[in-house]
Amino acid sequence: MPNYRIKKTDHIDQTHRISFKFDEKTYFGFKGDTLASALLANGIHLVGRSFKYHRPRGIMTCGSEEPNAICQINGNTDLTEPNVRATEIELYEGLEASSQNCWPNVNFDIGGINNFISAFIPAGFYYKTFMWPKSFWKNIYEPLIRLSAGLGKSPTHPDPDIYDHKYVHCDVLVIGGGISGIIAAKIAAKNNLDTILIDDKNTLGGSTIFQNNESFKINDENSKDWLLNEIKELKKLKNLNIKTRTSVAAYHSYNYLLAKENLTDHLTKIKRLGIRQRLWKIRANKVIIATGAIERPLVFNNNDRPGIILANSVNKYLNFYGVTCGKNNFIFTNNDSAYETALSLFEKGISTKIIDIRKKTNSKIVKQAEKLGINIYWNSTVTNTFGYRKINSIEIMSLSDDGSNVIGEKTKVSCDCLAISGGWTPMVHMHTQSGGKLNFRETDQVFLPEETNSDHISVGSSNGDFELDEIIKNTNEKIKGLFNLEETEFEKTNVNCSKELDKKNIWLLPNKITLGKTKSFVDFQNDSTAKDIKLALREGFRSIEHVKRYTTTGMATDQGKLSNMHALGIIAETAGAKMGTLGTTTFRPPFTPLTFGAIVGRNVGDFFDITRRTPIHDWHLKNKAEFENVGQWKRAWYYPKDKENMHQAVQRESKAARDSAGILDASTLGKIDIQGSDASEFLNRVYTNAWSKLAIGKCRYGLMLNEDGMVYDDGVTTRLGENHFLMTTTTGGAANVLSKLEDYLQTEWPELDVFLTSVTDHYSTASICGPNSRKILIKLFPEINFNDDTFPHMSFKNSTLDDVNCRIMRISFTGELSYEINIEAKYGKSLWEKCIEAGKEFNITPYGTETMHLLRAEKGFIIVGQDTDGTMTPIDLQMDWIVSKKKYDFIGKRSLYRSDTIREDRKQLVGLLTEDPKEVLEEGAQIVSNLNNKPPEMLGHVTSSYFSPNLKKSIALAVLKNGKKMKGKKLIIPMENKNINVTVSDFIFLDKENKRLNA
Amino acid sequence: MFIINCPYCGGRDQSEFSAGGEAHIERPKQPTELSDDQWAEFLFMRKNVKGVQFERWNHAHGCRKWFNVVRDTTNDKIHAVYKMGEKPPIE
Ligand SMILES: [Zn+2]
Repeated sequence: MPNYRIKKTDHIDQTHRISFKFDEKTYFGFKGDTLASALLANGIHLVGRSFKYHRPRGIMTCGSEEPNAICQINGNTDLTEPNVRATEIELYEGLEASSQNCWPNVNFDIGGINNFISAFIPAGFYYKTFMWPKSFWKNIYEPLIRLSAGLGKSPTHPDPDIYDHKYVHCDVLVIGGGISGIIAAKIAAKNNLDTILIDDKNTLGGSTIFQNNESFKINDENSKDWLLNEIKELKKLKNLNIKTRTSVAAYHSYNYLLAKENLTDHLTKIKRLGIRQRLWKIRANKVIIATGAIERPLVFNNNDRPGIILANSVNKYLNFYGVTCGKNNFIFTNNDSAYETALSLFEKGISTKIIDIRKKTNSKIVKQAEKLGINIYWNSTVTNTFGYRKINSIEIMSLSDDGSNVIGEKTKVSCDCLAISGGWTPMVHMHTQSGGKLNFRETDQVFLPEETNSDHISVGSSNGDFELDEIIKNTNEKIKGLFNLEETEFEKTNVNCSKELDKKNIWLLPNKITLGKTKSFVDFQNDSTAKDIKLALREGFRSIEHVKRYTTTGMATDQGKLSNMHALGIIAETAGAKMGTLGTTTFRPPFTPLTFGAIVGRNVGDFFDITRRTPIHDWHLKNKAEFENVGQWKRAWYYPKDKENMHQAVQRESKAARDSAGILDASTLGKIDIQGSDASEFLNRVYTNAWSKLAIGKCRYGLMLNEDGMVYDDGVTTRLGENHFLMTTTTGGAANVLSKLEDYLQTEWPELDVFLTSVTDHYSTASICGPNSRKILIKLFPEINFNDDTFPHMSFKNSTLDDVNCRIMRISFTGELSYEINIEAKYGKSLWEKCIEAGKEFNITPYGTETMHLLRAEKGFIIVGQDTDGTMTPIDLQMDWIVSKKKYDFIGKRSLYRSDTIREDRKQLVGLLTEDPKEVLEEGAQIVSNLNNKPPEMLGHVTSSYFSPNLKKSIALAVLKNGKKMKGKKLIIPMENKNINVTVSDFIFLDKENKRLNA
Repeated sequence: MFIINCPYCGGRDQSEFSAGGEAHIERPKQPTELSDDQWAEFLFMRKNVKGVQFERWNHAHGCRKWFNVVRDTTNDKIHAVYKMGEKPPIE
């Protein structure tokens, strides 16, 4: 096996060998390697197939911008993870990784056929092709697209790892631990500011840490050595918290940032204890963005072969990881920075030649290369590349005077690595995410942060400073400005560096071959070419946002980190527009993909949402209740006995409640304690009916509207004292009702003397109903006279049970004689058990919410939110009786006679009876009168539907257009397999005369 | 996620608050005397400003107090916070 490891570096520990698997073959690397550097050391370039054409692709970068080297790790386990960049995975013992996007394997890929039919897969191919006929979608198009598209495989089991969230506040957050970030963090921390420095790599230092050239000196030291010493000093500072392996994902307003810290991904499996990733939620007073710049590729024919790598990455692999990407290298550049790579290679005795699109330039570093005798092809471009699994040769031609064409003969030379550099793009993502705008700099065609916000600044190359001396000087000046400092230790830093003298850029390099026959890739991950972009323009797309979506340029997981600028440049050149005026696409968070685990943190399983349980919950559990979620509450739904199903249990419970006695846990009902001298006036204003004359000790049902006249909530309110009421609300509406009442009290009627307190959780409620309920109450409270005269319906009494205070209300939601006992929550279960005990001789039957719903439907009582939907007025509900005509005003009153609410043909509450009394309607089913019209007019829908065991027939509530006038009409409920005939009826099905209630 | 300076509690994270729509829309004192159009004006019409907006907020998971906020809807910058019933400190 060829060895590309060249020598020991500071970073790689050659005494610590690590074995790993890639595509099921075992290889070795060293501690300090990434998966990418270890593969390159083994001579492996081909690591994946491209998304659309399935072309062989190799490692192209050394960081988070990597478009090609995307792997699946830990395949076929619970820990499997797709779309991991090989350039970011730190090597550990036992790592197993595999290529994506290829079947059956990376060397022979069946989808590669797309490469040869690529003429038929132009931009917008998916939009244009997979359209008609509709029947093709399910069986032909979708399986085809699914088979060949998609990146990687999702795990099939729950993630066993633990993820964490943590909040942190700081004075200063520095994003990026390169040279400018280090200077910024040091100044901040030394000035007593509580500082956090974040970097996504495992070591600080950015790209200066592998700068290895005598043309770059700081205080007469090599730039790298100077920086290493700075880092050493930095780590001694007290106010500074350095977080490596941490990447900022999002920058929100008010300096609120999210950062993901990797805690265990670099460790071998047996050492992975505790939390895998932590999501930091950071609130910083000041943010310093020092995220650096990303090297640009060059766009030319067949610029995507394995072995074509960004020049600065080649330099990092060489100087930092001790790996050479090739033994016969060509550097293809439009700028000076790639000369550092050439010189590093040359210094190590590795064959290197340079192709420069510029005519000639005389900067210090270029002269250095010339002096060493490195062959430079000036004013030249690469026009083609060859080699299938790895590049083996290239074609070079001279550029015409204006650079728009190629001239002369082509030269074909062999090479095994082509290091490309198209200049640098400042990473302005964080700046724009925070809401910052960008300005365009013509000289080197970069977008730079426009600084208007005093809460954050950008420094270093993310601010467009590319020369070493400017980076240090400008960073120092900007930090001084940010913190109002007189001077810093970096004031007199002496920098001696090579400076770039000539700049030239061609977004799409010319070729003799017509564009249509070339493959000049712009977006490597999504396989879009210069041709695709030009086609989109020909087809009329102009906006960068449209071109992006049509060609999918910049829409892959790398979000176009390498491709956006070229796409923009090609659009500008083709359309004859200025790049600066085109604007950029929007940079959206996250900067690099986040795991779902990091996003949800600990909010999984039992912690997914809050669960509220009543004090009686354990009893329900013990008695095998099935539960229903009502908001966050767990409510007993029904209590199956023996092998009963839900229907059988509910029928039994419903019958028992009417025949003898039933008991319901009503603790979840919202309860609001209302006190103050204006309490009754307040109720007058919030309910539709009148409250002033309600006597102490009496209860009253109330209906609450929204200001638009629609029913909002309902419940019974009891007058406990002259200035003291207890309001109950629906279970689901409790929080909203309180908030609405507070709103009116604080903003519209601040003059009212009223205080509201939520007491929902303070009391537990047992509701006993049925003809024998009074007998049970007498057993429990022998001192109370339960006669109708002294304790009539809709009244309340205080009492005690074993010396514990109780409130007993005679109110009914079932239509039966019924009592509700309220007791302090901690005695709730004990009260319940005493009721059960006392009721034994009457066969007291616990019933759940389903039976409660059935019983009230028999009686025609509405449930807000089930029989109403925010479009029903009390008049629509045929509840005119509860709307006071005398009161001058209440919430929603004026809306009850708007032109729309007084319409007589509104949807109104009715009852429905089925022709076949055994046929139970489906809730939500539509109601029609005539099936001949296509489509038939929908007149309304079923809101509640049950089989009533007490009436021995099916009953339903519905809202029906013009319902009040439809009584006796025969209508149709069309279902999938049949049409059900129904008759409109009264919506009170049982005991219209209230005989049972007052029994 | 911005920070709102509750006039009763001080600066707190946005997640503690709930928004209550446009501020300074007073509920008519005599609704019965209004025409349908006048009532609809109060009930439905809101400005939905792009830029500086006067709006109501409630410290729902805190002191439960309602108050007013002047916020730029384009960048979430809060220019002022003031209690119910007070005059806006800026135009
Ligand atoms: Zn508050």
